[in-house]
Amino acid sequence: MSGPASQTKPKQVSILQALNQALSDAMEDDPKVLVLGEDVADPECGGVTGVTSGLSTKFGEHRCRSTPISEQAIMGAAIGASLVGYKPVAEIMLMNFTTVAMDMIFNHAAKLRYMSGGQTHVPIVIRTMTGAGFSTAGQHSDFLEAWFAHAAGLKVVAPATAADAYGLMRSAIDDPDPVLVIENMPIYWTPMEPPQRGHRVPIGKARIAAEGNDLTIVTYSGMVHKCLAAMPQMAAAGVSAEIVDLRTISPWDQETVFASVGKTKRCMVVHEAVRPFGAGAEIAAVVSEQFFGSLRAPVGRVAAPFTPVPFAQALESAFVPSPEKIAQAAINLVKAKN
Amino acid sequence: MPNSNLPDGPTQVEIFRRMALLKANDERSRKVIASGRLVMPYYSYRGQEVIPAATMVNLTDDDYLCTIYRGIHDMLAKGLPLKDLWAETAGRVRGTCKGKGGPMHLTYPKKGVMVTTGVVGSSMPIANGLAWASQLSKDGRVAVATFGDGASNIGAFHESLNLASVWKLPVIFLCQNNRYGEHTRYAKATSAKRIADRAVAYGMVGVHVDGNDPIEMYRAARDAVERARAGEGPTLIEAMTFRFHGHVLGDADKYMDPAEKAAAIAADPYPRFRNRLIDGGIATEEQLAKMEQDIEAQIDEAVAFALDTPPPGLEELTTDVYGDAA
Repeated sequence: MSGPASQTKPKQVSILQALNQALSDAMEDDPKVLVLGEDVADPECGGVTGVTSGLSTKFGEHRCRSTPISEQAIMGAAIGASLVGYKPVAEIMLMNFTTVAMDMIFNHAAKLRYMSGGQTHVPIVIRTMTGAGFSTAGQHSDFLEAWFAHAAGLKVVAPATAADAYGLMRSAIDDPDPVLVIENMPIYWTPMEPPQRGHRVPIGKARIAAEGNDLTIVTYSGMVHKCLAAMPQMAAAGVSAEIVDLRTISPWDQETVFASVGKTKRCMVVHEAVRPFGAGAEIAAVVSEQFFGSLRAPVGRVAAPFTPVPFAQALESAFVPSPEKIAQAAINLVKAKN
Repeated sequence: MPNSNLPDGPTQVEIFRRMALLKANDERSRKVIASGRLVMPYYSYRGQEVIPAATMVNLTDDDYLCTIYRGIHDMLAKGLPLKDLWAETAGRVRGTCKGKGGPMHLTYPKKGVMVTTGVVGSSMPIANGLAWASQLSKDGRVAVATFGDGASNIGAFHESLNLASVWKLPVIFLCQNNRYGEHTRYAKATSAKRIADRAVAYGMVGVHVDGNDPIEMYRAARDAVERARAGEGPTLIEAMTFRFHGHVLGDADKYMDPAEKAAAIAADPYPRFRNRLIDGGIATEEQLAKMEQDIEAQIDEAVAFALDTPPPGLEELTTDVYGDAA
């Protein structure tokens, strides 16, 4: 966690506050924007972590509506309302609970535009939080982004900063198609640079979180901060890493990644999801196709082992890629025989 | 017709016209598929025509329908044009969905046909969302979700009824109980004596009707539509019926008692209602025969249109996956 904000800088905000601001601004700007989900209205505490706090008081419980614990019904209500002009933001509290609503998300939200030949479309946002680090174990912490990135018709974003959380949420609400917004719990409360009102971060556009020359690290969500924390250790070993924060997982920004790998000739993907068949596999394959012959090392991957998320803190912290592991993998990759 | 328990003459004739359209269309579909001219998965609705015919006459084009893979009767009764229907089921570019949805995913918002799902039970959660939109817009539109008896055992049914009840949504859950879920008999799969009884658990009006009786079906649907439009919340209607041709075309019906099927076919609601209209002096034999001929001619035209129009170009393979970002 950062130290106290300097007095000369604008007041820092957390991702949680930025999301709340994005939802509030979007609801203010467009009366068709709705929020629904378990406990989202103020009588139910404005969401379990307070992301939707104040919205029902400001805009009414008809626009920010608490639902039963019924994920299929939540997604169905969002889809149906979106077919006729509303822009619902549906909260599925935890990413593991999206599995309960997969039929609605995968068979319906993702496909109705295509199956209807473009007569209907589903402009919804699905908000969901996840991430290991709170000892919530096997059914409350998984990163399942690859499941959704594998579905034609869905878009998937995973912000790492408060400004991106705001800007991607606004873009997701504007978007004519279903967008899944992955919110990483361990970085929810960290004070960061504040977003500007109305600012949009385009979906599908990455950012360079740190510049470097020896290696491109492609990452997203909370892992961006783990990679940044690995910088000193890499630098001490003489490794200069460029960190690309994808921000959007599907469609991912190949242009920015290619420009970086074209410069560094080395690439490593870092994510918290388990390694086999993860987003890293796709990114590694595409980078290898593009740079076959000019890469100085095979594309590396740092990810969680192929296990459920464990409970015991000793195991949980071994499950999540650490700055030390990331740095060591980066150093090994760069120092490997060319 | 305030306080009238009978639909007026013209409404009864209109219910019959829709039944005739559905019946003739099903018969033609099976014929065309059997001839090899069209290839598609086909779920016959022969025997179930009364339910949508007598329900949809209570709705307007602005009201919403979410139906299922055995749902062509529902959407035709809702007004989906024959040509668009046939071109879609033929996989042609002039079909409702440019040939990309097919018979299980027909969509036609102009007549309120919003979603056709191939997943059992999935019409209901989405109908709730459409009803929620009506409630927010205060436009008086009603959403109807149709589904079979098998769908009353899936989670989506229970989640949807509960939400519709607590939100008092203008939605009608229209269960077409044809007594089999795929190949499994009702009693072997369903704990409730009647599906309508399940409404009690959700604080909702539940109605059990003879879905093969056009007058009874009409009344149940009319009451549910009035309830929804008045802001009095959802209704579960269980309409009893029977499918004459099994689950999917080509089904050998081995799981069915032949006597049960024979009895259902002998009680075919179509000739019964036809005779009732003539005997009651509501329509003449000539009038109904002419109606049936006209329908056959419209179907001839629709089939020819479908077969004569081209399939979608290959550029359609990758369009409509995403729209353009705003």
